[in-house]
Amino acid sequence: MESGKRTFVRTLVAVVVVVAAFSAGAFAQAPPVKIGLLATLEGPFAAGGQDSMRGAELAVRQRNGVVAGRKIEIIKASSDAKPDVAVNATRKLVEQDKVDIMVGPLSGSEGIAVKEYSKTQPSITFINGSSGAQATTLVNPSPNFFRFNTDGGQWMVGVGKAALDKGYKKVMVIAEDYAFPYSQVQGFMTEYCKLGGKVPVKAWVPLGGKDYASVIARIPKDVDALAVVLGGADAVNFLNQYEQAGGDKPIIGGSITVSQDILNYKGKRRESLVGTIAGSPIADAYEAPEFKAFVADYKKNFPDGYPSPSLFALVYYINMKATLDGLDIVKGDLSDGQKKYRDALAKMTLKTPVGDVKLDGNRQAIGTTFVTEVVKDSQGNLYNRVLKKIDNVNQTLGVPPSEFKIGSRDEPNCP
Amino acid sequence: MSAANWRRAINVQNPRPLPTSSQASARVAREAGVGRFSFENPVRARHVLVLAFLLAYPWFASPFFTYQIGAQALALGLIALSLTFLGGYGGMISLAQMTVAGIAGYMVAIFGTAATDGVTLGWPWWLAVLLGIVIATGAATFIGWLSVRTEGIYTIMITLAVGVAFYYLVLQNYTVFNGFQGEQKVFPPTLAGMYWRDATPFYYLALFWALAGYLFVVYLVRTPFGIALQGIRDNPRRMHALGFNVTAHRVAAYAVAGAIAAVGGVLFTWYNGLVTPGSVGTHWLINIFVIAVLGGMRHPVGAFLGAIVFVLLQNFAIDVIDRERFNLVIGAVFLAIVLFSRDGLLGWWTALSARLSTQRGATTWKAARGRLYAR
Repeated sequence: MESGKRTFVRTLVAVVVVVAAFSAGAFAQAPPVKIGLLATLEGPFAAGGQDSMRGAELAVRQRNGVVAGRKIEIIKASSDAKPDVAVNATRKLVEQDKVDIMVGPLSGSEGIAVKEYSKTQPSITFINGSSGAQATTLVNPSPNFFRFNTDGGQWMVGVGKAALDKGYKKVMVIAEDYAFPYSQVQGFMTEYCKLGGKVPVKAWVPLGGKDYASVIARIPKDVDALAVVLGGADAVNFLNQYEQAGGDKPIIGGSITVSQDILNYKGKRRESLVGTIAGSPIADAYEAPEFKAFVADYKKNFPDGYPSPSLFALVYYINMKATLDGLDIVKGDLSDGQKKYRDALAKMTLKTPVGDVKLDGNRQAIGTTFVTEVVKDSQGNLYNRVLKKIDNVNQTLGVPPSEFKIGSRDEPNCP
Repeated sequence: MSAANWRRAINVQNPRPLPTSSQASARVAREAGVGRFSFENPVRARHVLVLAFLLAYPWFASPFFTYQIGAQALALGLIALSLTFLGGYGGMISLAQMTVAGIAGYMVAIFGTAATDGVTLGWPWWLAVLLGIVIATGAATFIGWLSVRTEGIYTIMITLAVGVAFYYLVLQNYTVFNGFQGEQKVFPPTLAGMYWRDATPFYYLALFWALAGYLFVVYLVRTPFGIALQGIRDNPRRMHALGFNVTAHRVAAYAVAGAIAAVGGVLFTWYNGLVTPGSVGTHWLINIFVIAVLGGMRHPVGAFLGAIVFVLLQNFAIDVIDRERFNLVIGAVFLAIVLFSRDGLLGWWTALSARLSTQRGATTWKAARGRLYAR
């Protein structure tokens, strides 16, 4: 009896050891792939940051959380649109949480700072979130930083011509004073100035500014329209104050000026937004089946989200999809300092809800831009109609790279 | 001022006779003018242990813990130390300490090198750093001169106003400060074959200055100037009647605190590699205050304790709780610390050691000294 008991115990131990060894072996074959995800969950873009997380999550859910046989493990971090905070959060994900791939950040100045940081971590691949400053990939690009979304300048292509078609020969620019709006104004003015438009005054206002009285007072009588590149609460504040001041000039919007959240604000001025043209990588009413499927999937997965995915959700979705598609191509192989993976990313043609995207030599997307116009539907809701779709917009906006000057406060200039 | 003056000042503060022979002898030694540099507290085992830990830290911690936790906490602690000195020993709460630090950072960028559209003169780094610290100290003296005639809440208001004014200045000025984008790529130099922004060298750089600042404050508060400052904190009228120039002492305290904050500001700018209006916004003005209160203002070490807790929370709160609510954890911990301890983490430490020593049946003077120390 005694020996039988001992045998039983021994067998049990053996079984446990064997099972443990097998499961460990199985685990070692396909460890999860760790992806860091950074967006602004605090600060002026907190709402956009939340929606961007939804977009990135959607790309993961569409693959049921598995890529090339490896489980996808997402580790999230937050910033508040300040570059130093973004770098600290990224550093934590890379050096402490040891992610394999990093996706983010959201805002323009953050993107430049994270790109600089990526140079110190050559064995990790960085993929942009939705930051859209030109300088990120145009000035001192980093070999391991990829951006599968077009930038703020590319988003505004076609708007200059549309403005002239509407008869706006002279416009005043009102924009926030940092890298992303510089790019947006550059994208608009490059074309607009070339075709003969004039911009006599540019007003640069601080991000998060509340009082626009002094700007409104400076609007010249003889301009035909205002090009307003403000985001979030800034845009709503400006529109309200302009309305109260009795302003009636038509508006040309930046990519985040006439997005869904602003179109749905309550105010008399809202009516006059009808007819506003803008440039954007997303158009609510784009009819392509891929885009409609994307919107339906977003609504199904996130009942608490917006009625229609925001720009941030789409762009984070695109970048996360690129991350995962790249992993699929190399079958989850991240060995050799992720060399194979990066080659695959650089070469691949990414299918997105708004058309195909390819990368240029600086690992910057060449893709589609929409010129949109605000219209009113039968229920009185405002939405963005597609006025024009422009494919294959490159970062230098068709200008030869040697002549292209990066957007700044004084560039371009056509008073 | 004469030695007799400050001795009288102490006697007015603490009229009871000192109870132990060791303290009496220390006092005799001090009165005789010897051993000025010897601290009232002898070097104890725990000091050696902490120092050994700090020195060995980069050898066992990962680069992330060395740089982002260790070095950042030391740099922030140094800035908070300036407030601990002002508030704990001078009785003046200034919210403008981060402004002073930011001025130093901006000056380093402007006189030295930075990637910016604004002004950078490209002078050698040591000159830029020196100028940065001197100008920031001057600015701190000016802030002090403005605010010393006020008390309590009015000091807080006036320093907050100065801080916010500086924030808007750098936000809206493009010719010098480069507006919203600020000064980017402000890095420490490569010296002696080492790039001083790498994790380990930067950690030791920060540690050196943090220790220097700490020891300087510990020393300073025991000098005649420090004692007089504490006298002014407790009873400015009496100190005035004794012939001390209250205003001059307070302005000097601002200048000293300014120099400490300036060194911390240079380190923090190098740590981030940039200085922007966001670095001197109200958010950071208040963060420095939070760090100082969190650690406890009664002793210089509190600033560093507070900084460690602050940095750890900033980095790891998001792992503890749902991503959208992690600021709640940070707030709750801050609240718990200040709610259950009158003097931050140091208050807990004192309570703990007092309890332990009474349990061990130690003489009561130890507890009494703890209280004395707490003043």
